[in-house]
Amino acid sequence: MVNSKSAYSVAGKKQRNDTHIIVVWVDNEAGVLARVVGLFSGRGYNIESLAVAEVDQKQNISRITIVTTGTPQVIDQIKLQLKKLVPVHKVADFKREDKNVIFKEMALFKFVANNKKLISALNACRNYNPVVLDQTKKSQVIQITALRREIDKMSKNLTKFGLVSVSRTGAVAMTRGSEIFK
Amino acid sequence: MSKLYSGAEIVFKCLEDQNVSHIFGYPGGAVLPIYDELKNFNSIKHILVRHEQGAGHAAEGYARSSGKPGVLLVTSGPGATNAVTALTDAYMDSIPLVCITGQVPTHLIGTDAFQECDTTGITRPCTKHNWLVKDVNDLAEIMHKAFEVATTGRPGPVLVDIPKDIQFQKTKYKNFKKNKKLNGKSHDNFSQKNIDELIKLISRAKKPIFYTGGGVINSGPKASELLRELVYATGFPITSTLQGLGCFPADDNQFLGMLGMHGTYEANNAMYSCDLMINVGARFDDRITGKIDEFSPKSKKVHIDIDPSSINKNVKVDLPIVGDIKSVLTSTIKTLKKSKKNFSKSNKHQISNWWEKIQKWRSKRSLDYIGSEETIKPQYAIERLYELTKDKDTYITTEVGQHQMWAAQHYKFNKPNRWMTSGGLGTMGYGLPAAVGVQVAHPKKLVIDIAGEASVLMTMQEMSTAVQYSLPIKIFILNNEYMGMVRQWQELLHDKNYSESYTAALPDFVKMAEAYGCMGIRAKSPEELDDKIVQMLETDGPVIFDCLVDKQENCFPMIPSGKPHNQMLLGPKDQEEKKITGKGRALV
Repeated sequence: MVNSKSAYSVAGKKQRNDTHIIVVWVDNEAGVLARVVGLFSGRGYNIESLAVAEVDQKQNISRITIVTTGTPQVIDQIKLQLKKLVPVHKVADFKREDKNVIFKEMALFKFVANNKKLISALNACRNYNPVVLDQTKKSQVIQITALRREIDKMSKNLTKFGLVSVSRTGAVAMTRGSEIFK
Repeated sequence: MSKLYSGAEIVFKCLEDQNVSHIFGYPGGAVLPIYDELKNFNSIKHILVRHEQGAGHAAEGYARSSGKPGVLLVTSGPGATNAVTALTDAYMDSIPLVCITGQVPTHLIGTDAFQECDTTGITRPCTKHNWLVKDVNDLAEIMHKAFEVATTGRPGPVLVDIPKDIQFQKTKYKNFKKNKKLNGKSHDNFSQKNIDELIKLISRAKKPIFYTGGGVINSGPKASELLRELVYATGFPITSTLQGLGCFPADDNQFLGMLGMHGTYEANNAMYSCDLMINVGARFDDRITGKIDEFSPKSKKVHIDIDPSSINKNVKVDLPIVGDIKSVLTSTIKTLKKSKKNFSKSNKHQISNWWEKIQKWRSKRSLDYIGSEETIKPQYAIERLYELTKDKDTYITTEVGQHQMWAAQHYKFNKPNRWMTSGGLGTMGYGLPAAVGVQVAHPKKLVIDIAGEASVLMTMQEMSTAVQYSLPIKIFILNNEYMGMVRQWQELLHDKNYSESYTAALPDFVKMAEAYGCMGIRAKSPEELDDKIVQMLETDGPVIFDCLVDKQENCFPMIPSGKPHNQMLLGPKDQEEKKITGKGRALV
């Protein structure tokens, strides 16, 4: 009683954080992304990355892929709270370590350098499905697809080859094999 | 060709089809087409409030006391933003509201037009869902969906934002047929296996307790009946949250009183020491649990709730049962009757030690206070109010603060839907407009707002509404000239630094009542209190009752900061072992 200055409770024990990929199927209507993102910010959940696009034009369904970190309890809450939103159809949740799920991010790299460096840059990207989208004498734009940490590493390593600009998407995910998430 | 209706007409057609009889509102530029149509729909009565927040709380009071959704109609911009507090309040306490707002014409949206605001953006976090109507052909469907979302699953507020041009445009209207199984996002998701498991836990428990909340009230009056049946059939003790008061009779021996920060000693200790906790429609709020890490450490916890996201949110439970309280209790009672006949008798011995322990805690009499002959003790005022109104079917609303806790502790509720208080959001100024809404829903019943003088000033203007519609609400102000709960925290937790908690220039509430055109009564001493209360009750119209109470009184018992349930702070009587003698005792 003596030491305390508040009638509010104190924070409990902290649990371990895990990284999860949450996939949400929603009606593609005005404000739906704001609802989903607002839920995260309003309740103090993290968003590491976000990818969203319409996947079914006929039924107007968009697929939102969110990478987030949280304790098991928080991850549970995220799923349950998302399911309560009216435009949300279904929610899937995968652990980042899950071997049955493919995660991919795409990145565009722009290099401005001499020819030798440009070749080395393309060479350095060879493990990540590089596609040269644009090329001039002094520059090139390369697209790669890879995991988040791989892109992180690449964007660091490629500076020496004249990397001047990076644009990247959030992660998208899909299960392996013939099964689909219902 | 079928008849064409304007958007404004369709709004009322939908309200008619939803059996709405009252709406609370305030006109303004962007809703005038809707107000134009009001005269053509006789079955819908409009109550003109004095502030949109009042409309919201009145709709809440209406909804809580009647079980029907409350409807409010306000204009764009400030009309909508003024309603935000009430919407948030309804969201926190799971009250079904449908808020219709006007919006600037579609072509002006986004131009910072006069009285424009991003209403759907502002209210997104404080509604279950909201809609901006962009096409008049969608209006009817959205309106009906709004009622469905507000009333199904865990109830809550919704908002429909209608631009002015949409209100003018015309389209067809198809009569609405209410789908019998409107389940929307409701979740009756339990199986007989869950129920069997619950029965197993019930039959093994040596120190069980029911912990019930507002979900029982929201599930309808039948749920309260079933709860009583189950509690009697088991012989277990029961405690209730602030919102759940009334679903079990407060004067029953099995009822331990309210639990939580200002709950009784026996309820909180029983929660701490139990071996089986059955949570029925409550949500492990932080005012209930105290320190989470030490919350009821030795118990198996069962949680019955309609909202799956309530499960494991604050407290991990052993047996979650997701479903409507009514259906879960029905299955539980059925299974209990089938598998264990005369359970309460056969089980009596198993829990007799537990009851002995509870009686010991009870004998502390944690709600006692030191009486006085000179000043009115606030607890005494509520006790007297209860004694003088208990034979009537009384509806009580409150503001927020000490008076609210004293009302919860000392006014005994025996029926559901009789107790309207802002619990989750803790909105000062809730009680007076809520009383207006309750009285509208129950014109013949006695409706009392137990208020504090600071809270009631926040929405005082709604007295004018009460007078306009001859709503005989009674505003019973426990006037201690302080924001009492703030003062109490400052005394106990902030080294008696009474920073800004005293209101130096209060209005004369009796004269204020007269200014509003109603009766004002003042009580100054304990001996005149009863007569004055009777005078209030005998007055036909609205009354403001200025009850001058002890300024220093604190609300006990109290669980102090970050402490578990078993470390309660009891009242001054316990602390100082003061003995009360003579006449003073009669007042206790």
